[in-house]
Amino acid sequence: MRYFTSEFLIERNKDRCINCGVCARQCSNEAHYIDLDTGEVKSDETKCVDCQRCVCLCPTNALMIIKNPNQTRDNANWSQQAIREVEMQASTGGILLSGMGTPKEYPVYWDKILLNASQVTNPSIDPLREPMETKTYLGAKPTQLEFDEEGNILTKLPPTVELDTPLMMSAMSFGSISLNAQKSLAMAAKECNTFFNTGEGGLHKELDQYADHAIVQVASGRFGVSKDYLNKGQIIEIKIGQGAKPGIGGHLPGEKVNVEVSQTRMIPEHSDAISPAPHHDIYSIEDLRQLIFSLKEVTRYKKPVAVKIAAVHNIAAIASGSVRAGADIIVIDGFRGGSGSTPTRLRDNVGIPIELALAAVDQRLRDESIRQNCSIVIAGSVRNSADVVKAIALGADACYIGSSALIAMGCHMCRTCMTGKCNWGIATQNPELTRRLNPEIQYKRVVNLLHAWNHEIQEMMGGMGINAIESLRGNRLMLRGIGLSEKELEILGIKHAGE
Amino acid sequence: MKKVYAIEELCLNCRLCEVYCKTAHSKSKNVVKAYKFESPEPVARIMVEGDNAHSIAMQCRHCADPACVNACITGAMQKDPVTGIVAPDPNKCVGCMTCLGACPYGVIKVNHIAMKCDLCRETGEPACVKNCPNNALIYVEEEELQ
Ligand code: SF4
Ligand code: SF4
Ligand code: SF4
Ligand code: SF4
Repeated sequence: MRYFTSEFLIERNKDRCINCGVCARQCSNEAHYIDLDTGEVKSDETKCVDCQRCVCLCPTNALMIIKNPNQTRDNANWSQQAIREVEMQASTGGILLSGMGTPKEYPVYWDKILLNASQVTNPSIDPLREPMETKTYLGAKPTQLEFDEEGNILTKLPPTVELDTPLMMSAMSFGSISLNAQKSLAMAAKECNTFFNTGEGGLHKELDQYADHAIVQVASGRFGVSKDYLNKGQIIEIKIGQGAKPGIGGHLPGEKVNVEVSQTRMIPEHSDAISPAPHHDIYSIEDLRQLIFSLKEVTRYKKPVAVKIAAVHNIAAIASGSVRAGADIIVIDGFRGGSGSTPTRLRDNVGIPIELALAAVDQRLRDESIRQNCSIVIAGSVRNSADVVKAIALGADACYIGSSALIAMGCHMCRTCMTGKCNWGIATQNPELTRRLNPEIQYKRVVNLLHAWNHEIQEMMGGMGINAIESLRGNRLMLRGIGLSEKELEILGIKHAGE
Repeated sequence: MKKVYAIEELCLNCRLCEVYCKTAHSKSKNVVKAYKFESPEPVARIMVEGDNAHSIAMQCRHCADPACVNACITGAMQKDPVTGIVAPDPNKCVGCMTCLGACPYGVIKVNHIAMKCDLCRETGEPACVKNCPNNALIYVEEEELQ
């Protein structure tokens, strides 16, 4: 017996449907089928996850996926979702898994922060007529420079990387996403002179050609890590935590570990790829320092080393410790960050908002006079260029985009990535599905997104009378809070609107 | 000459090319009307073979020395000396199916008269190529192929 009703209904407009079967062939969840007795296309809504693939491909716009109005009695405490989750667990006895970031209604501080613009006293700048710099450098900055008599720099400069825009692609491993998806991100990173991130899955040989634009990750499972791999990347990122699942590791089920994944991760085919919750060689800041310096040593001190941590309660102190341990870049991943698969309870209840974490970290590093020793990169639901501008004004050097880049490539946020049936060819290794993502088409869409955001960033900066992103960085005077408490304003380090 | 080429690795088996080919060869040029209301029902001249694991769209190759033209008993099937497009003259075709049997690719259909890809010569823009969601069909000169 089935205890829960389907979440969605599939409405097929019979006046329009031509029974072409496109929807039936495209739905990997088999929610549409061709009735062989009548030749008509029919649906089984219990299987639908609302990924919108059929809706987008139907040539007659005959389909509509709607929320099933047949639900249990309204109850402000026992929401439909809460009841459903109990029913599901009663049926399976297992922990609940989800994909993407938390859909819960926590405050989005980006939407409670407003930007400034110039009026009368200092002129705004028109980015279409005047140069507007968005170039960003990541890595530690020297505190002072010494020159010889000819004007050559004597100071030994720490390694930095240059990006044309303060946007990079978040860590998404080959394994969690398809090679075609990762390739599209790599191609977009190359074209926009920024970086994509291998996630913890190693660098597939086909992506070697994009290594100049790769951030190579070292996570607790050490998948795909070798001297060669580390030296191919431009930044090495140690992943301590992830916003969607702070405190736990990862688990790529054996079914997804096909030949390609196994070769890239350097693990046996069809074996579960389990990343332990902690790095088994890191139990203190001193241990972290050892790993950071081992990685620097192996890359001859030529590449910045980043440490990625999930935004948790004590984030400022952890970030400070990581910088002191030698991290050139601190990556903070907020609690709204996405994932291919995460325990629902962790995703929805662990961590803190990225906006507060960023403000706290930037302030702490300034107070301790070590802010220049690192760059700050944030991740965890950066939805548009205004979020980016606000993040930079709060102190970030650059932002990672993950979900937005996936949406650009077709993701419709159905949050069922963990099933491996992604109809858009993103979160799957099934060749029937990965084929649906043609990198030649999709990389251009990611490039478009980055270009569009960069233009908007320039527009917003111009409005504030700022012509270089460096002048916006940490410029919290450009921000005002709206509807925030004294405490929230204090943590964000901004004034209230009207002040 | 420019021809339509199919890329197997990119084909999704969605068969939208068939839908839009049929529509392009309808009177109304409207998908719903083409499928539901037109009589005689228009015919798609592209056919997708295979299943979701492996599929490929097939249509006329507009051969240099077309077997269908050579076989045609009435002289209806002709290769245009200027465009290179192979197409039957509907006024001459008697629907005898000789061309259908002669075509080595099996891409001619007969519905009273022979129906085959005409590279959308009416519009000059092949509808299958335009509407393929994954760029699995390309319209290029043979030399540009690689
Ligand atoms: S894709 Fe649209 S027109 Fe085709 S069978 Fe499905 S609902 Fe009908
Ligand atoms: S799962 Fe996606 S493709 Fe399948 S019916 Fe639902 S919305 Fe359509
Ligand atoms: S990646 Fe695919 S499965 Fe995951 S949310 Fe997006 S569309 Fe759904
Ligand atoms: S429209 Fe394109 S992808 Fe779909 S079946 Fe035809 S050739 Fe293949």
